[in-house]
Amino acid sequence: MSRKNAFAASLVIALLGCGGAPVGASVLHTERSLYRDIVVYEEDGLRCMRFGKQVSGRQSCQSLREPQRLVLEYTRMMAGALYMNPAPARVLVIGLGGGSLPSMLQRLYPGIAIDIVEIDPAVVRVARRFFGFTPGPRTRVHTQDGRVFVKRMARQGVKYDLVLLDAFDHEYIPEHLLTQEFLQELRGVLTPGGVLAANTFSGSRLYDHESVTYYSVFGDFYGLRSGNRVILTRVGGLPALDEIERNAAELDARLKAFGVDSEVLLPLFRIERSWPEGTRVLTDQYSPSNLLNGR
Amino acid sequence: MIVRVLILAIAAWAGFFVMSIELLSGRILAPNFGNSIYVWGGVITVFMLALAVGYLLGGQLSLRHPSLRRLGLLLIASAVATVPVVAFGTPMLDWIFNRVEDPRYGSLLGASLLFFVPTAVAGTISPYAVRLLVTRLHASGRAAGALYFVSTFGSAAGTLITSFHLVLLYEIDQILLGLMTTSVIIGLLATPFGRAAVES
Repeated sequence: MSRKNAFAASLVIALLGCGGAPVGASVLHTERSLYRDIVVYEEDGLRCMRFGKQVSGRQSCQSLREPQRLVLEYTRMMAGALYMNPAPARVLVIGLGGGSLPSMLQRLYPGIAIDIVEIDPAVVRVARRFFGFTPGPRTRVHTQDGRVFVKRMARQGVKYDLVLLDAFDHEYIPEHLLTQEFLQELRGVLTPGGVLAANTFSGSRLYDHESVTYYSVFGDFYGLRSGNRVILTRVGGLPALDEIERNAAELDARLKAFGVDSEVLLPLFRIERSWPEGTRVLTDQYSPSNLLNGR
Repeated sequence: MIVRVLILAIAAWAGFFVMSIELLSGRILAPNFGNSIYVWGGVITVFMLALAVGYLLGGQLSLRHPSLRRLGLLLIASAVATVPVVAFGTPMLDWIFNRVEDPRYGSLLGASLLFFVPTAVAGTISPYAVRLLVTRLHASGRAAGALYFVSTFGSAAGTLITSFHLVLLYEIDQILLGLMTTSVIIGLLATPFGRAAVES
């Protein structure tokens, strides 16, 4: 019946996004992928990747003069995960973007093994072509859904010392990647002492739901807030601040080239434990993240 | 009059029911197969095929002793056929995940096993209802038009209300149970009408 066709058509249109004139700057590349519009543009000495029309949709930026520097603040906060586990041997990255974090890890730790999961093959192509992302000898890029990949790895008993979860863009959350069950699966692929860094939202009603969901699986976590919120947590309990400070001091010289500065980051480490009584945990059964984020 | 209203209400609710479940099916499949475009492709394919088969079956069923009571029973049957989704949807999808490596075929198989039967049964309702509504040949197009209207309107309502409101208030299983209960209640309302005013 025609209603089915109409639903299918509207869904396809929604998934394809609706093209847009790039705003300002010089546009190097636009691409309509299966999931979104990707725009690569240069402005003020930066080359950035954006999803959709809005400038707030910046996913990744690279400095033209210092390509290895982590330009976006949230990526530097994600790098703060190294203060909690300064020598990861095996890393999982969910959501590639321009690949600035995996590129940094490859430089910092030659021989590191990285699995990258990115749902959109176009993002992988753009990262390679425009952001100089080159997978190292032990880096593998998997073009698939993050949840499915984590579940497969859990079944195979693969473990990671560090997981970087960066799968949410400015306006759309894959809701199955923000549930208690998914976080439990993530914990299942972390080694004892393994660290999870998640780029999350900081505004909206979603904030407390997110907090309580992470808490329900990992217990205490550090929330680094500034624009975005980056949640850092560790299997088997959080390291105390003095341990973090020691690690930060050791890493500082090496992280400087990437623009990561412990003097800026350390004050952001705060254990968050405040949310209204009765805030609902997000689960596979209840996960209206996008509706909550819109409020 | 009450007979016509009830026929149209059943058709409208069947549309609501199918689209609400179709929307939820994407969420039910996501933990095992993700949210990739092909998962939605598979879901929509299964629902359309199921409806296609349902339309054919509904037309056939309407040939013998059509009655409003039987239409109500079809609605109840589609609710009962949804029980497995709540009862063992998760273990079944886990089972498929462990055996089918490719999420495209995993989601297609999962969607087929869980949603084909209830959707096909719901699909029988529209053609069956047309048979009940048509009393004179020259007005058959109008009867079909009214039916398409309520059924598609119900579908639109089911899509919107589920995605805008129900998922914000309830868990998936609670929504499914609510849909099933509503189907059973509406279906039971039709049971007194064993011999609806139908010309043979």
